[in-house]
Amino acid sequence: MNLAVRCQNLVKVYDTGGQKVTALNGINLDIIAGQLMMLVGPSGCGKTTLISVIAGILDQDEGLCELFGENLLAMRSKDKLNFRAKNIGFVFQAFNLLPSLNAAENVSIPLIINGMKRAEAERKAITLLEQVGLGARWKSLPSQLSGGQQQRVAIARALVHNPRLIVCDEPTSALDHETGRNVMKLLKDVALHKDRTLVIVTHDARIFDFADRIAEMDDGHIVEVQDKREQG
Amino acid sequence: MNHIALKMLMGDTGKYIGIVMGLTFASLIMTQQPAIFLGIMSRTYSFITDVGLPDIWVIDPKVQFVDDIKPMQDTELYRVRGISGVEWAMPMYKGLLKARLLDGTFQTCNVVGLDDATLIGGPPVMLEGKIDDLRRSDSVIVDIDGASEKLGKPSLIPGGKPIPLKIGDNLELNDRRAIVVGIAKVTRTFQSQPVIYTTYSRAKSYAPKERKLLSFVLVKAKKGQDLVELTRRIRESTGLAAYTQADFKTLTYEYFMHNTGIPINFGTSVLLGFIVGAAIAGQTFYNFTLGNIMQFGVLKAMGTSNWILLRMILLQAVLVGSIGYGLGVGLTALFGFAMRHTILAFKFPWQLLLFSGAGISLICAFAAIISILKVIRLEPAIVFKG
Repeated sequence: MNLAVRCQNLVKVYDTGGQKVTALNGINLDIIAGQLMMLVGPSGCGKTTLISVIAGILDQDEGLCELFGENLLAMRSKDKLNFRAKNIGFVFQAFNLLPSLNAAENVSIPLIINGMKRAEAERKAITLLEQVGLGARWKSLPSQLSGGQQQRVAIARALVHNPRLIVCDEPTSALDHETGRNVMKLLKDVALHKDRTLVIVTHDARIFDFADRIAEMDDGHIVEVQDKREQG
Repeated sequence: MNHIALKMLMGDTGKYIGIVMGLTFASLIMTQQPAIFLGIMSRTYSFITDVGLPDIWVIDPKVQFVDDIKPMQDTELYRVRGISGVEWAMPMYKGLLKARLLDGTFQTCNVVGLDDATLIGGPPVMLEGKIDDLRRSDSVIVDIDGASEKLGKPSLIPGGKPIPLKIGDNLELNDRRAIVVGIAKVTRTFQSQPVIYTTYSRAKSYAPKERKLLSFVLVKAKKGQDLVELTRRIRESTGLAAYTQADFKTLTYEYFMHNTGIPINFGTSVLLGFIVGAAIAGQTFYNFTLGNIMQFGVLKAMGTSNWILLRMILLQAVLVGSIGYGLGVGLTALFGFAMRHTILAFKFPWQLLLFSGAGISLICAFAAIISILKVIRLEPAIVFKG
């Protein structure tokens, strides 16, 4: 059983104007490669802080977080950027597409960051847009797409550079039930395979059935980890 | 990533135009106002430029600028002629005299008296008539602006434009007849008064009776003569002041710089243009960056380095700066072209392009730096904050 992520005693404290807020209070969590892990829990329990640490965009104060065996905290800033650019894809609650770029240009961004020529990157982006059912809309600006279509563009952008980990923050909360399930189905069908791991932060109980494992958080702790496949 | 930076910039048309307009305004103010300033300042010594031919101007030591006439005795001319290294020395009269117009009103004019024999120091461009016509009795040459405006004959229509003086028309200078024999083009003077050329002896007859009437001695140095050395010899031999043409211009220019409010007035306009331009462009550019902060955060989270983000912001700043600068300078050039035949003073040397270019670069650098600091300090984790 390969581990994609290993967190040991993670602690993160925010200083909010002199007041200390402990967002992560000794988190221990293993995420298995090739699985879809959901982090669930009430607002303010530390879910977003945890995926930020896992994705290497926030440094923990204490503890260890290894991503595919690499300790991101110990990496030089430049190496960490390169590691993130190659190995991690992001899907956001508010899609966060660049409004002045069309769908193909948005999807091509991770490839360009990784050094690919623009024309080649856009060709590859169009191919991926076809996979998520938006091949005909590659020229459309985000404002010309529905919420579900924008999220599919965001998924294509998270996948285009073939990362080993995709982190999703509330990917369905801005979508209606039907569209949300379609997005989850797409994520599971297109994004997930044995060499790629998905970590999804959500409080949308309607999509829990897509998870392989669910880690429930509360007050900066992991309260419980359920293996849905064993239950199934 | 350059195309992404440019699309981000131009994607928000309103803000893009706002930034460019701010920089255009700053660029316009920083070129147009100094161009008018330089135009006015160049008029202070335009008479020296127009006279052109002499190398050295000999004047009373108390003279502070070209229009500050402190007449000398005619004998000074002969003393100067006797100094070694002087090829020739000619007298010149310059004074303000009142001309009586046909409608009975008076107009103060700059009367210039040229050496009777050589007519050295005459108008640079003759539009009508010949300079030699000054040898005819009572003859004068009038500058085109004065002939068309202030010295013009009353219009036949009440409130209409004056009828320009033409060759053959008469004027009265100090109760003496003056006949127009030529129309000349001269550079407008600082006070924009009409300029009337005549001979030295006739100018003296027009002028009120005084013991001293020699305004300048115009000196041409012999070939190969060191002008600085010659001015020193003239000063030592005569006790008068002697300046090369360039030094006399500088003396005049500096008098106006130090003794009038012109530099402060224009300096204030230019400074205000710079500050307002910096405030508008800096604020709009910073707001543009703030408005795109989530996009920068997304790029940063995906692995874009601070160095690349810095380059993207610099590219945006350089682009809006170049467009704003170009538009501002272009508008100034158009303004100058449109005003070329008016009384407005306007001088647009290439150094002014460098000056306003440096000003716009400073504004853009300021706008870019505050934006870059914001983006560099940005935590990429912002992307997960809804």
